[in-house]
Formats: sequence, C-alpha cells, structure tokens
Amino acid sequence: MSAQDTHGSASAEVAARVERRWATIAVIIIVVMAGLAAFAGIHRATMPQPRVETIDPSRIHLSGEFVESNLGSVLEASGAVTVRAIGQQYSFTPACILVPADTPITLRATSADVVHGILIQGTNVNTMLVPGYISEQLMRFTRTGDYLMPCQEFCSFGHEGMWGKVKVIDKTEFANRAKGGGRLSCVGQ
Amino acid sequence: MLVNRKLILAHFWLAFAVFGIALTLGAWQMFIRSPIGTWLSNPELYYRSLTAHGTVMGYVFPTLVAMGFGYAISESALQQRLVGVRWAWAGFWLIVIGSVMAVIPIALGRASVLYTFYPPLIGNVFYYLGVVLVVVGSWIWVALMSINLRVWRKANPGAPVPLAMFANVAGSYLWAWTAVGAALELLLQIIPVAAGLKATIDAGLARVFFSWTLHAIVYFWLMPTYIAYYTIVPRAIGGRVYSDSMARISFILFLVVAMPIGMHHTFADPQVGAGFKFIHSAFTALVALPTLLTVFTICASVEIAARVRGGRGMFGWIRALPWDNPMMLALAFSFVMLGFGGAGGLINMSYQLDASIHNTQWITGHFHLIFGGAIVIMYFAIAYDLWPHLTGRELIDVRLMRTQLWLWFIGMIVTTFPWHWVGILGMPRRMAYFDFGDPAIAPQALSVTLSAIGGFVLLASGIMFIVILARGMRAPQTDAGPYRFALAVHEPKTVPVALNTHALWVALMIGLTLTNYGYPILNLALSSGTSVPAVYVGAQ
Ligand code: HEM
Ligand SMILES: [Cu+2]
Ligand SMILES: [Cu+2]
Repeated sequence: MSAQDTHGSASAEVAARVERRWATIAVIIIVVMAGLAAFAGIHRATMPQPRVETIDPSRIHLSGEFVESNLGSVLEASGAVTVRAIGQQYSFTPACILVPADTPITLRATSADVVHGILIQGTNVNTMLVPGYISEQLMRFTRTGDYLMPCQEFCSFGHEGMWGKVKVIDKTEFANRAKGGGRLSCVGQ
Repeated sequence: MLVNRKLILAHFWLAFAVFGIALTLGAWQMFIRSPIGTWLSNPELYYRSLTAHGTVMGYVFPTLVAMGFGYAISESALQQRLVGVRWAWAGFWLIVIGSVMAVIPIALGRASVLYTFYPPLIGNVFYYLGVVLVVVGSWIWVALMSINLRVWRKANPGAPVPLAMFANVAGSYLWAWTAVGAALELLLQIIPVAAGLKATIDAGLARVFFSWTLHAIVYFWLMPTYIAYYTIVPRAIGGRVYSDSMARISFILFLVVAMPIGMHHTFADPQVGAGFKFIHSAFTALVALPTLLTVFTICASVEIAARVRGGRGMFGWIRALPWDNPMMLALAFSFVMLGFGGAGGLINMSYQLDASIHNTQWITGHFHLIFGGAIVIMYFAIAYDLWPHLTGRELIDVRLMRTQLWLWFIGMIVTTFPWHWVGILGMPRRMAYFDFGDPAIAPQALSVTLSAIGGFVLLASGIMFIVILARGMRAPQTDAGPYRFALAVHEPKTVPVALNTHALWVALMIGLTLTNYGYPILNLALSSGTSVPAVYVGAQ
C-alpha cells in the first residue's frame, strides 16, 4: 500500500483547487495586513520620522541645538513641549526628563559617541540614537508619574548602567515651572 | 550515494561542537543576569560571552549545518560524486581558521562589539577578519553547489532538478547575496578603521548595510529546515510531498522577497526616511507568503502519510501518525514553535507595534523561539536522519532521541514565553545586569527566573543530542542503504523552465535589492559630515 491510490487526474484536480484556494487566502491575509499598517500610519499619525537630519557629534558640546544649556524641556509658544537630550557612554543628559501630561511633546535627541537607544518603559516611545543623526519622536503622556528610560542598545561595557528617567507632572504645574523660561529637567529631584 | 562522508561529518561535528560551547555560554548568560545569579563583579565578561554566543550561533553554526547538509544533498539527490572536494575542504579549513581568529580577541575582551558590530564601536581587527574568513569559506560552498548542479544538468539535459537540490542551490544563492551587505560594511567601513587606516566611520550607513544582511540571513538559517520539511519529513513518516511545484514556488519566493525588506530593522533609526521604511515594511508582509504556502503543503503531506496508515476522519487522522518517530515529533514541535514565533513576527513587522518592543527582550525571546526552536530542532532531526548514512552505524537509542526533542521543546517554551513577556514590560536587551531590587523592575524577576530555568533544560537537551550522536559513532555497523528524499504525489516528469532554473529569480533578487537599497545607500554614502570618530572597545 502506498500513496499510489491518490494518483490520477481527478485527485490532481482536487489538489490543484485546494491549493489555489489556500494561496488566495494567504494573499488576502497579506494584503489586509499591509493595508492595516498603511491605514494606521496615515490615519493615526504613527509614522516614522519623515526627514533625515544630520549633525556633527564632535561639535555638539560646542554650539548648536544640543549644547548643554539647551538640553531639557521647553514650553513652546504654541503650548507644545520640545525635549532635547543626548546620550553618551553611559548616561543621558538630562538624566531625568521632566514633561507635562496631556501635551504634545517632540523629543529630539542624538548621540555624542556610539549608538544608543531611548526606550520609555510602559509607553511606545522607542528610538535609536545614532551619532551623526538626529532622532525625532512625537509623544504624549496621559498618566503622571515616573517612568524608567533605559538605553536599549549595547553601547560598550557600561551599557547595563545606562538608565534615565522620565517624570510626567501635571500640566499646570509644568506651566508654572516654565514661567521663568530656560530649560527644565528633574535632575536631582 | 554519499561518497564524501568524512567531509560532511567534519562539517556537522564542527557545527555541533561550537553549538555546544555557545549553548553553555547562553545558559550562563541567562543565569548570571537573572535574580538567581550572583552579581557579576565584572560585567565586561558578560559582553565577551554574548559576542561569542551571538557570533557562533548566528554565523558559524548555521553556516556549517547548511554546508554539510548541502554537500549531502548534492551527492545523494543528484546521485553524483561531489565535484571540487579539495575546494570543499579548503572552505572548511577557512571556517576553522576564521573562527579561531575571531574567538581569540573575543576571549581577550578586545572584540566585545556583539555579533551585530554596530560601529562606531570598533573591536580588534582580527575579530572582523575572522568573520570574513568564515563567510569566504561559505562562498566556496555556494560556488560548489552551483558547479555541481551545472555538471548534473549537462549529464541530464532538460530533466527536472531534484527538489532538494533545487532548494539547496536557491538557499546558497540567497546566502551569497545577503552576505554582501555585511561584507561591504566590513571591507569598506569597519576593517579600515579597525586596522587604524581611518579614524572615522558613518554609523548610519553601517546600519543600513547590516540590515541588508540581517533579514535574509534568517532565511538562510531557515533553508535546511524547510528543505527537511519538504524532502525528508514526508519520506521519513511514510507519506509524499503534496505538491512539487508549490514547493519550488516557495523556495523561489524566499529568494526573491527575503532580500529587499531588511530595512524593517531600521524602523526606529534616524538615518532612513519614512518612505523607504514604508516600502520595506510592505515588502515584508510578502515574505509571510512562502511560509503560509509551506504550512499548507506540509500539513497536506503529513495528512497523506496518516491516511496511508489508515487514518480517518476530519481530524482523526492525526492519531494515525507515527508519533514514536523522532522526525514526526520534531516536525510537530517545529510547527508549534513556528506558529507562535510567526505570530510574534507579525508584531515585529508592523511599524506601529514594533515601537513598543523594539530592542527589548521580546526580540531576543522571538528569535530564540524561531531560530533556536523551530529551526534548530529540525537541524537535530536532519542529523538523526542522516547519521546512519554517514557513519554506517545505526542510531539505536530512539527513546533518548524522543526525550531529547521533548526537552528542547519544553525548554524553549519555558525560556522564551517569559522572555517575550518581560520584553513587553520594557526590559531592554543586551544588559549584563538588572537591579531587581528596584520596584519598577521587580515585577520582571519571576519571568527572568523562569527563563533561566528553561535555559538549563535546553542545555541538558543539547548535551543529550551530542551524546546521542557520539554514541552513534560507536554503535554496531549496518548498511543504511542509499539516502533518499521524499517523492511527490505527482512526481514531475517535466518542470517548466522557470521552476527548474534559478537565473531569472536571482536576477529579480538582485534587481529588487538594488531598487530598494540603491538610493538610501548612495544617499548616505554621498552625504558628507556624517562620519563620526571611532570608539575602540577595550582601549580605555
Ligand atoms: C540554552 C539555550 C540558550 C540560552 C539560555 C540563550 C541565551 C541567550 C541570551 C541571554 C542572550 C542575550 C540576550 C541579551 O542580553 O539581550 C542570547 C543572545 C543570542 N542567542 Fe541565545 N541562548 C540559547 C540558545 C541559543 C540558540 C540555540 C541560538 C541559535 C541557534 C541562540 C542564538 C542567539 C543569538 C544570535 C543571540 C544574539 C546575541 C546578541 O544579541 O548579540 N541562542 N542568548
Ligand atoms: Cu547602551
Ligand atoms: Cu528582518
């Protein structure tokens, strides 16, 4: 006894039909998945950063957007907040990022040396920091409190110690603190 | 007709020896960073181990398995002595030399850059040169597979190429081309810097080059497993391949769509714009197609075996399967892990969902489940199936084989399920230490402990595997007969040229890579001011 008895043109036809049906289902699954991703990207604005921005990491301490005095959170005239940060072996500056709840926030960050990553636990904020390039990510927190912010890419022997923090505070409290101008952070609090 | 058995055995033994070492390192890593491990006073040791584990498991082990299996397929499917045996040995020794060359700087802590390299972190130049030698050794294999097929074609003009060889050669071409990305990165960017000829490097461009390799390399790892699904499993369990042409189409699809999608590994990167990320993510959806087709064809082939054995009913046939056959068991475990792993993969490939798990322990959990689980368990099955034909001795201990497969399956589930979970909680990967005393991290302690326990189950299973093969070298002699591959329900008498040759598909693979990678690479390579100073590991 062998599979001989499944031979014959009738069974071949059945086989071809079943196979075609399955192939059609497979193609539909794939088209639907790709469509969903495109829809979510456009409709919910969860798209990767659109533009590539470059920066010279050997000069970021000296001038430009990422000089030390410009790092931290700033309340823009529009009511939105911009956070600027850098990663270096093995810490983030600022090590504690202060932001308001329920506010559109733009995170702009880069690396001063090797590849790092920023991940804010409990959220989907997650981006690589590649030296030479600026990463930009939009975020919005609905819950106040403290979040851990580890570096998520190996950056040499101290990688396991590279943990930052994000402190989300009430919107009005943030506005009060921002009154004096300057760059806010929660380092040392 | 397996003539060059020594050559094939040498590849398999070296593969499983380095696998055993790397597996031990893996279990140690899992333990030492878990709450039951004691704090490692020197975290640097963890990264040495991680570099060795990743380099061996990612590059050396699967390459050797693919090569040894490829030589076995060439001789037994084509029924033709291997042409170029000396070259094959040269390739083998290049891999030996390359591995030793890479491992010395790793052991000395001079190359703790992990297997993904990621400049501007730069390690000792001999580490990279060693990896290059391993790849060059494997390219000799690619050339030999192609030459052997050509020799056979000359002798059998117009005949259908046996499915196993058709797939094997497709896999070798995929590997040859996907390795080019990392080769360009190493030769043009990293090695000049590691050798001290240059001091700066474009880290963004390097990540794009590496993504060229990083995706399709997983299909290279997968090839021996898929070849076993189609051409060994049905024969071993007494069935037939449901459809020879569907099998060919699946392998062709892997060849064409595995390549132009690697930039899904740069979803969270700043050096690639949204447009190319979208294109690559759309193409990524396509790569699910050959796997869906395979699942169907293999399930149908297995059902044929069951019905031949008298199985009946809509699902009743499942009971009629030869469950005491290790091949059947391995296939079932492999499919279960492929199912869970594939579901996880759908999450990784969507930009929106990926954001919450990118570079977390979810990713390490995911690829251990798919690669270490679904793929490697079939490497075990391939070895068990081939061994008597290579050694001329019987593998008697079928019970031990079943236990070993069960343990690998259970170990993998226990290890990787909690591993995924802590990833969802946001636990970052590649860290030597976690402060489980921190209240924010404490909830992850239990899961990490479970994973560590699973790791030891895997280690035990791995040791059993090696013991079974070693004992097989001393078992009583038998004549296992010629090594055969599964027949199709309808054995093809003629096959359309498109399903019998690779040229068209290789051209498509290269063309799609150039359209999907050409512009981003040129754009990054030509833009000035993005090169950054190298940071040498271990130089402090
Ligand atoms: C005893 C079983 C195993 C255990 C416990 C284990 C454990 C680990 C651990 C802890 C890591 C590092 C994760 C991190 O720090 O982020 C790792 C990485 C890795 N493992 Fe395993 N592993 C095992 C088996 C395997 C197998 C069978 C394979 C594949 C054949 C494999 C391939 C890899 C690869 C490619 C990496 C990536 C290294 C890197 O990220 O640089 N492992 N493994
Ligand atoms: Cu890091
Ligand atoms: Cu990929």
